[in-house]
Amino acid sequence: MLKTFTKGGVHPPENKFSANAAIENLPLPKQVVIPISQHIGAPAAATVAKGDKVLVGQVIAKSSGFVSANIHSSVSGTVASLDAVLDSTGYKKPAITITVEGDEWLPEIDRSLELKKEFSFTTEEIIAKVSAAGVVGLGGATFPSHVKLSIPKGKKADVLIINGVECEPYLTSDHRLMLEKAHELMVGIEILKKALGVEHAIIGIENNKPDAISYLIKIASEYKGIEVQGLKVKYPQGGEKQLIKALINREVPSGGLPIDVGTVVHNVGTAVAVYDAVQKNKPLIERVVTITGKSLPKTGNFMVRIGTPISQLIEAAGGLPTDTGKVVNGGPMMGKALNTIDAPVTKGTSGVISFPEKEAKRVPEKPACIRCAKCVSVCPMGLEPFLLNRLSQRKIFDRLEAEKVLDCMECGSCSFVCPANLPLLDYIRLGKGEVNAIIRARKN
Amino acid sequence: MSYSIILYTVLMLSALGVVSAIILYFVAQKFKVFEDPRIDEVEAVLPGANCGGCGFPGCRGFADAFVKADDISTMFCPPGGNETFAAAAKVLGKEAIAQDPMIAVVRCSGSPEHRSRTSTYDGAQSCKIATTLFSGDTGCQFGCLGLGDCVVVCKFDAIYIDETTGLPVISDEKCTACGACVKACPKFIIEMRKKDPKGKRIFVSCINKEKGGVAKKSCAVACIGCGKCVKVCPHDAITMENNLAYIDYLKCKLCRKCVEDCPTNAILELHFPPRKPKVEVEVQPEKTE
Amino acid sequence: MNKLLAVSPSPHVHSGESTSRLMYNVVLALIPALAVTIFYFGIGALVVTAVSIVACLAFEFLIQKYLLKVKPTISDGSALITGLLLAFNLPSNLPWWIVVIGALVSIGIGKMSFGGLGNNPFNPALVGRVFLLISFPVQMTSWPLPIQSRMAYLDAVTGATPLAIVKEGLSKGEVMSQIADKIPSHMQLFMGAVGGSLGEIAAFALLIGFVWMLITKVITWHIPVSIIATIAAFTGILWLINSETNADPIFHLLTGGVMLGAIFMATDYVTSPMHPKGMWVFGIGIGVLTVIIRVWGAYPEGVSFAILIMNAFVPLINRYMKPKRFGEVRKV
Repeated sequence: MLKTFTKGGVHPPENKFSANAAIENLPLPKQVVIPISQHIGAPAAATVAKGDKVLVGQVIAKSSGFVSANIHSSVSGTVASLDAVLDSTGYKKPAITITVEGDEWLPEIDRSLELKKEFSFTTEEIIAKVSAAGVVGLGGATFPSHVKLSIPKGKKADVLIINGVECEPYLTSDHRLMLEKAHELMVGIEILKKALGVEHAIIGIENNKPDAISYLIKIASEYKGIEVQGLKVKYPQGGEKQLIKALINREVPSGGLPIDVGTVVHNVGTAVAVYDAVQKNKPLIERVVTITGKSLPKTGNFMVRIGTPISQLIEAAGGLPTDTGKVVNGGPMMGKALNTIDAPVTKGTSGVISFPEKEAKRVPEKPACIRCAKCVSVCPMGLEPFLLNRLSQRKIFDRLEAEKVLDCMECGSCSFVCPANLPLLDYIRLGKGEVNAIIRARKN
Repeated sequence: MSYSIILYTVLMLSALGVVSAIILYFVAQKFKVFEDPRIDEVEAVLPGANCGGCGFPGCRGFADAFVKADDISTMFCPPGGNETFAAAAKVLGKEAIAQDPMIAVVRCSGSPEHRSRTSTYDGAQSCKIATTLFSGDTGCQFGCLGLGDCVVVCKFDAIYIDETTGLPVISDEKCTACGACVKACPKFIIEMRKKDPKGKRIFVSCINKEKGGVAKKSCAVACIGCGKCVKVCPHDAITMENNLAYIDYLKCKLCRKCVEDCPTNAILELHFPPRKPKVEVEVQPEKTE
Repeated sequence: MNKLLAVSPSPHVHSGESTSRLMYNVVLALIPALAVTIFYFGIGALVVTAVSIVACLAFEFLIQKYLLKVKPTISDGSALITGLLLAFNLPSNLPWWIVVIGALVSIGIGKMSFGGLGNNPFNPALVGRVFLLISFPVQMTSWPLPIQSRMAYLDAVTGATPLAIVKEGLSKGEVMSQIADKIPSHMQLFMGAVGGSLGEIAAFALLIGFVWMLITKVITWHIPVSIIATIAAFTGILWLINSETNADPIFHLLTGGVMLGAIFMATDYVTSPMHPKGMWVFGIGIGVLTVIIRVWGAYPEGVSFAILIMNAFVPLINRYMKPKRFGEVRKV
């Protein structure tokens, strides 16, 4: 009996078309647009001026606080502008536009493919290197990784969890990474273990990736204290709290962090990025992005420089078919629909999915909730989405807070199952925002 | 059947009623809460719409605060207007300061013909939800989304979304200037402005802060920040900030010079008599109401 | 690319589950019981069912269109289910006009007066049935005999239900061993060859429907199982105390509306609790009330009253029986 988390969950069709497509390098674009805020926390502060020449890996915006991250140039060339640029939501956000000229890297970056297993850094050195390299959580949340490695005083981790679940349908970037960069991943985990001072690490992988599980089990036997655990397929197993519950049966308290139950969770992509940062001095300037969709001519996984326009990625997959109705940045359950495909790939872009028109539109909602309780039974956080939806629509925010709306992680399971097609999550998200604002106001 | 049964029944029930009444009386006495009777009097004068335009939770909340307040100069009942407020002040024996009547105006004219769509929104019908998701289904990130949060929030049925323009229309007669729509609009498009006795008003119907070229590209009737209106205004009523003109309604004398000069027709005039046939005047659907 | 992209909040996929699929699966689950009842009661069953369904659909349509002035939603299947369930709770020789009154009460008062689908606190079909039971006690408690009355409608030969026989016998001071000859065997009860309301007679057909609804994930097992278990346990205890004055638990489960009520009436989405914990409370409440009414009450049967009474508690149950939140801090 394979492990999984116990409460709620759904089984959306997997549609992992690109699972067998090896990672290819996407050709360099003519121009990249690098937003200065690609992470949760304070935006970085630009350190270059218009007309400056930059090399690949050079810092172009500095972290402006503890919860913030450095931004590096992903190409070599000339800074074309520092103006705000339309991002994927259609709002203008400050970004650095660089015109690409050649592909010259900073000399200290080790570009060889040779595996470098040995390291002798201290915890502080590792955290400093990770922080300097601008590594953020590559699972999609883009939380700066060095913050997660700096364990607050009085707390202690005893196990490191590596998230190779990739529970979102369609996406395969982590899957390919595990198959193609297994050794780098293992060394990355060793480094993370060292930084956190833990002896034991568990990699959680859903069993719809049997090749990755068996391969990683084989590789892990060469390293000490790394365990690979297959998991029963269930969305949202990639959620931090769900994964911890599934793997080590601990429940992160409401409003708490994984460290409260003695663990830290990192994504496989992040672990590889940590390897690159520590062993190769290579900052986070590129990432694996899945490009997929039912009617796309070709699906695949590409190593993409940060800042490359998404439209170029789509071209590499043969261009958008004429019946495209929606393009989503991220997975179909939690990803964001793109307002424009000219938006750049950022550190958080795990995949780009195109939906044919007939699947792009929501099914019109029915007039009424029939209280079938399906949303309650699938909610992985044990909430009552139907109730939160109603309270949010009626603006009863104090009750909304009491009903734990802030525990909602917006996994979308409730909207996914609702037989009346009610936009449950839309309103819950709205209510969450309002409750957060009320709490902030209360504190001040 | 003997009559005694009926008699006893009637007597029993009457006795029960009397006993209950006595208990009720004492309970009511015991739990009586003293309330200033003037609160009821003030509340009776108020419109009773519980719109929240005064900043208090409902008319009762206002009446309560109003009676307890030492200084009433900062308080006002927008839907009730000066008459109601004066009446409420009279209850307390105070003098009310008359305020200018106000009305909500929509500062966006981006109908589909002026503002082309760049994407389509497909989610819950709420401007607030749409705003957190993206900038809007047009090239203008400042403009009206037309999903009607203002319509929903209006307690006086004074707003509707015009089907052809996709923009909210505010009824002169029904709008009480309670300000609910101003608070509800996530794009901050609706503004409260002074209401001329005849309903005349002039305002910049745009809040696009982009530079001229960008603004013009996204919407044909956007304010491009050219500054012509600032120069032409004889009353110094127009200021320019962030490429956007703003007409101060306290200084504006409704001379209409700026309207003629605006190259993009971004300045609207409402409820003026038709001028001599010279300039094309933007017709607002409100007039047909 | 000249088409505009759609922008919508996540999630971007949907399970394809729909209200009408759920409703039509309930209808499918009711078909075995319908077939059995037509086999036993023939024409009468057909007439009552048809009148009830048509009347419910018609009232729903008319009320929505002319009274509430909204777009009629009769195609969602909910009125169809109410019609079927109402018919299932009526005897097969009930005059058609009484059925129509029942349908009017079910849809008009039971459902629409509260705001339509999703808002009614009480199961509409049961509201209709209880209204008829109180208004037309004679017609509502004359039960045609199975098989014999296949070709008859109003002129069917009638007899008492097993529950009524037991109740009457016990009240006369007879003991169970004396009554046993007069009531059908457990097997007959299971197969449905007894007098009773249309849908309640054949336990096996209702169980088939139960399995179907479980397979298609229309309902969960909690409510039916908790009701049946409670009734079995409660009547079992009584029977163990004195088997001469109390019928055995299997008899209690197989007679009257227990199966129909537990599987179809109590599991109505709108009027039942939303969480397993609440479902248990709801089911146990129905079970206890049913047995109390049956054993000590004036009516031989109490399932409908029990369900209606517990329906009234559903908002309270939902308010106070919350699902266990993930990461809830346990009070030590």
